[in-house]
Amino acid sequence: MSDQEYIPKSKFGKWFNDRLPLLSLASHLTDYPTPKNLNYWWTFGGILTFCLITQIVTGLTLAMHYIAHADMAFESVEHIMRDVNYGWLIRYIHANGASMFFLAVYIHIFRSLFYGSYKSPREIIWILGIIIYLLMMAAAFMGYVLPWGQMSFWGATVITNLFSAIPLVGEGIVEWLWGGYSVDNPTLTRFFTLHYLIPFLILGLVVLHIWALHVPGNNNPVGIDIKKPSKDTVPFHPYIVIKDGFALLMFMIVFAFFVFYTPNILGHADNYIEANPLVTPAHIVPEWYLLPFYAILRSVPDKLLGVIAMLSAILILAALPWLDTSKIRSAVFRPLYKQFYWILVADVLILGYVGAMPAEGLYLLIARVATAYYFLHFLVVLPVLGFKEKTLPVPLSITEPVLGGSPNLVMAKSKESMKQ
Amino acid sequence: MSEKKTNRRDFLFTATYAVGAVGVGATVWPMIDQMNPDASVKALASTEVDVSSLTPGKTITVLWRGKPVFIRRRTQEEIAEANSVKMEELKDPEKDEDRVKDPEWLVMLGVCTHLGCVPLNDKGDYNGWFCPCHGSHYDTSGRIRKGPAPTNMEVPKYEFVNESTIKIG
Repeated sequence: MSDQEYIPKSKFGKWFNDRLPLLSLASHLTDYPTPKNLNYWWTFGGILTFCLITQIVTGLTLAMHYIAHADMAFESVEHIMRDVNYGWLIRYIHANGASMFFLAVYIHIFRSLFYGSYKSPREIIWILGIIIYLLMMAAAFMGYVLPWGQMSFWGATVITNLFSAIPLVGEGIVEWLWGGYSVDNPTLTRFFTLHYLIPFLILGLVVLHIWALHVPGNNNPVGIDIKKPSKDTVPFHPYIVIKDGFALLMFMIVFAFFVFYTPNILGHADNYIEANPLVTPAHIVPEWYLLPFYAILRSVPDKLLGVIAMLSAILILAALPWLDTSKIRSAVFRPLYKQFYWILVADVLILGYVGAMPAEGLYLLIARVATAYYFLHFLVVLPVLGFKEKTLPVPLSITEPVLGGSPNLVMAKSKESMKQ
Repeated sequence: MSEKKTNRRDFLFTATYAVGAVGVGATVWPMIDQMNPDASVKALASTEVDVSSLTPGKTITVLWRGKPVFIRRRTQEEIAEANSVKMEELKDPEKDEDRVKDPEWLVMLGVCTHLGCVPLNDKGDYNGWFCPCHGSHYDTSGRIRKGPAPTNMEVPKYEFVNESTIKIG
């Protein structure tokens, strides 16, 4: 990072900065050279930061009224909804905020997949992102348990029972997680503790994620390495700040729509019935953002293998920088990958759809085909494609095709030789 | 230090690591073990149930250690059906007589062995139980016949205290 030479103007600023270089950090963040061709898919990092802060702030305020006890949790949530001033608003923001968070993170992840942002030298950024994603799922799951409704209780039962698939020690692990012989008060109190803790772990990882990003700098839609700072970059402030801010406003409109007009559409009516350990709801479905993985779990007829398949579906993403053998980052210059990318998007959407449907008949068949394809994409298509695909010529710089109107290397080079 | 011979310093390092590892382990274990079922949870280990009001073909569900327990007074047809099944047809082979103390009374945990849902009574392809979560079918002896569950519904420890009372646990 090239901002060591930053010197504060004021005498106090200099004195302070010599002792704690916060001003140098601020200067680095404002001047941080950003590729000038970033499109709106790149605004979701900022949107995600907003989501995290929103969840932390609304979560803190909810925790002031919520009671983590099996006998009182459900009532305390109703108390928040009916009695606490603006409690309904804060809870609806928090509950829908989780969905908005996942919506943004899926766009963020699929942007990386399209533009090859996970490739060298950005593997660590990518892996940190996967860890954040895993923690998000854990936080969302435990948060969903806290209102102690029927879906909370049975969702917790089903998910914790996944661990019972582990041979020999499985049952012991499940009882350890529960703190009893079933999901009960000890389970609720520990889930509350962890639900409170995880967002702060995520916050720490986000700092590392951004730190790791600022070493090589942003990837960009063209996917080429750029010199920074150069003609190809603009300072983060004000250019990216304004663009991110505008995108955030658009995102908040969607967010507000859910909060104010359909606050319960993403939830399940069953969760407004208090937890009852004697009755399982007729149709247990996780929240929408976990459905593709749930479909993978159910598509495998064996219990242990189903759990392994589901976990592998997530963990395989961490190996992505090494599974994708192509040197070209952006799908813009990879005609075949671009098609497989959209097939994968469709595949995940299909998995999400069948995950919400009963696991029988045609739905089960579709889930099995889609699960097989999901793994095929990462384990076969991506490694092979790197060797077989005939990629398009990549421009030398971001500026070149924009200024010269020549979108590829050959033309850019011929232009260069014409100048000489 | 170029010699391969073990010297006093190596011994000190190894000894320090070993003591350190024991210390860390001893400190971490209480933090882990506190999450296991506590004394008050373990204390609720048994429940007595009055079953005198049950007529053949009826099931009651009682809560034992936070889990539902099915107590079914089976009809003669159900008992006959459970006994007529060939062992080769079963995923988790177990004779009906090994699952009951008195063939008329079937006592088992009402917990699907797949992922812990409560199966529904008198449902499914085998006239026994059906789990709505992921579609496991159980027969009139609570044995898994079809679906993702790996094993039969578990039979807890229980005894007949007298003619009309069952003690679970």
